[in-house]
Amino acid sequence: MRHQTLVSAVVVSVVIAIAMAATSSVAGQSAPLEKPRAVAKAVAPTKAYTPPKTPDGQPDLQGFWTNSTYVPLERPNNVTKEFYTKEEAEAAMKRAAERESEQTEPGTTADVHYDFTQFGLDRSQSTFATSFRTSQVYDPPDGKVPPMTAEGQKRVQERNAARKTAGGQYDDVKNMPIGSRCIIMGGAGPPLQNAGYNANYQIVQGAGYVMILTEMIHDARIIPIDNRPAPPSGVRQWTGISRGHYEGNTLVVETTNFNGKNPFRNGSENMKVIERFTRVADDAIEYKFTIDDPSTWTRAWSAELPLVKTGGPIFEFACHESNFGIANILAGAREDEKKAAEQKKGSSN
Amino acid sequence: MPNRSLIATSAALLMAAGVSMAQAPQTPAPARPAAAPAYRAPRTADGKPNLNGIWQAMNTANWDLEAHSAAPSPIKEFGTTGAIPGGSGVVDGGTIPYLPDALKKKKENQANRLKLDPEVKCYLPGVPRAVYMPYPFQILQSTKHIMMLHEYAGAVRTVYMTDQTEAPADSWMGWSNGKWEGETLVVDTKGFNDLSWFDRSGNFHSDALHVVERFTPRSADTLNYEATIEDSKTFSRPWKISMPLYRHVEPNAQIMEFRCVEFVEDLLYGHLRKQPTSK
Repeated sequence: MRHQTLVSAVVVSVVIAIAMAATSSVAGQSAPLEKPRAVAKAVAPTKAYTPPKTPDGQPDLQGFWTNSTYVPLERPNNVTKEFYTKEEAEAAMKRAAERESEQTEPGTTADVHYDFTQFGLDRSQSTFATSFRTSQVYDPPDGKVPPMTAEGQKRVQERNAARKTAGGQYDDVKNMPIGSRCIIMGGAGPPLQNAGYNANYQIVQGAGYVMILTEMIHDARIIPIDNRPAPPSGVRQWTGISRGHYEGNTLVVETTNFNGKNPFRNGSENMKVIERFTRVADDAIEYKFTIDDPSTWTRAWSAELPLVKTGGPIFEFACHESNFGIANILAGAREDEKKAAEQKKGSSN
Repeated sequence: MPNRSLIATSAALLMAAGVSMAQAPQTPAPARPAAAPAYRAPRTADGKPNLNGIWQAMNTANWDLEAHSAAPSPIKEFGTTGAIPGGSGVVDGGTIPYLPDALKKKKENQANRLKLDPEVKCYLPGVPRAVYMPYPFQILQSTKHIMMLHEYAGAVRTVYMTDQTEAPADSWMGWSNGKWEGETLVVDTKGFNDLSWFDRSGNFHSDALHVVERFTPRSADTLNYEATIEDSKTFSRPWKISMPLYRHVEPNAQIMEFRCVEFVEDLLYGHLRKQPTSK
């Protein structure tokens, strides 16, 4: 299609790939304008580092960043320590990269859509953020998301039951994944999570505000840092409502007022996310978050993932406007039903 | 929502239903200031005119850039809440200088608006339409990048003040490079696709569109906004729109989430829903 940008074409095919392959290890693309480089950067806080300041005195977090990483949210079952050695970390990354590249094997579902290697979509080919952490979760110390409360478990069961009542995934657009529908994608958070591909962010600071633009679906979070009152509980948003302040050189952002329609790890709409951004090097931000949701988990839990500088700029991610995938998938499902009905009719005659 | 102005709240609620906000009384299209405005804006920490804030147009430009009379709602059930308020127009000289074929297409667009207007489908609004849609937008100013953050569809524009490049690809919101001319922020935008419209009356452009906007502070809480529109495939000459923009002065004003994709899914995909099997 003449009108479609290259970016949109890739976007839609990846959206479809996710919908069809239902895999959690879809590879990532980073920094579209930047030449791919496979340099792995270790994020190690340097005590001596003093971050630059913006002209109005905020610790300067501005620029283009990525959290494209293979560090999993939870610690793998066979690992018992918090940090790998350099050699172990490299081996873990190599294994993860191999799992990704398996998707380019001829005959796999993903291969039907595109060759990851050709499009530079696998994470290890682009600017890449890693750390020696064995898991993003560092509190509790076992690296696992804490157990759910009875209320949390009940909510998960109710959500699963509601999903079954709603019918099959391709019966109605409302049953399809939120990302495929171009409403919101995983990277936007909060908390920020590795989006799988295009895990890129732009941070801009102006008087009284910090803005975090997530490349995926051009999702801009505007964070006031002017000590305004908490938002009224009656207004609920997909990405919640954020309020920020500085503690020394750290930007602290508290987000509440979620609408519960895109629950992070099956949290409730009363979840509170506390994020901490600290510039620890010219090319690295330490990003930590705490999830506080007593109605879902037996305790608050915290995680860290690396955020490293990447080349800009960020392209427009016009997801919905080029979402041919939804219409084609639904039309395909209706066609299948029609054929099945005709076959049934034919065989009964 | 005590943090929002009545205007913005009404606009958001009514727009969700696909209808217009109630309009303030119309004044004639603002004439261009005869001389450079005497007002000098406060400065940001890096010494530039401070345009930070949440702004909104207060006119009927999103219904029709040209002068138009009040008209009934295109959807009967909306009654007066969907009616179109009249307006004196925001086009300098009154008329958009279409080439003959383009004028035909504009009229077809207008006749088939509910089917064709990208706004009906929650598509990105393009430029300059994003600026005068009946939703607020925030200007967030830093030295290198100035963000235009629109409530409608979460549309975003980065205005590059330093690290400027050509548009890397065509897009809905185009590729914006900016510079300061005295009190004025001048934004030069190219690299558009040909899919967005200028208003609900079918005014449109091609992918040759080039927009130069001028944001000039005219008082503490108002800006003069001008956009010069050039597109040799569609228009016989460049033409200009101008209007004031107003600051949201209510305490704790904020851009709300208006993730309208969800609101149009039944419209766009409802016909592909699995039909209940009749037994």
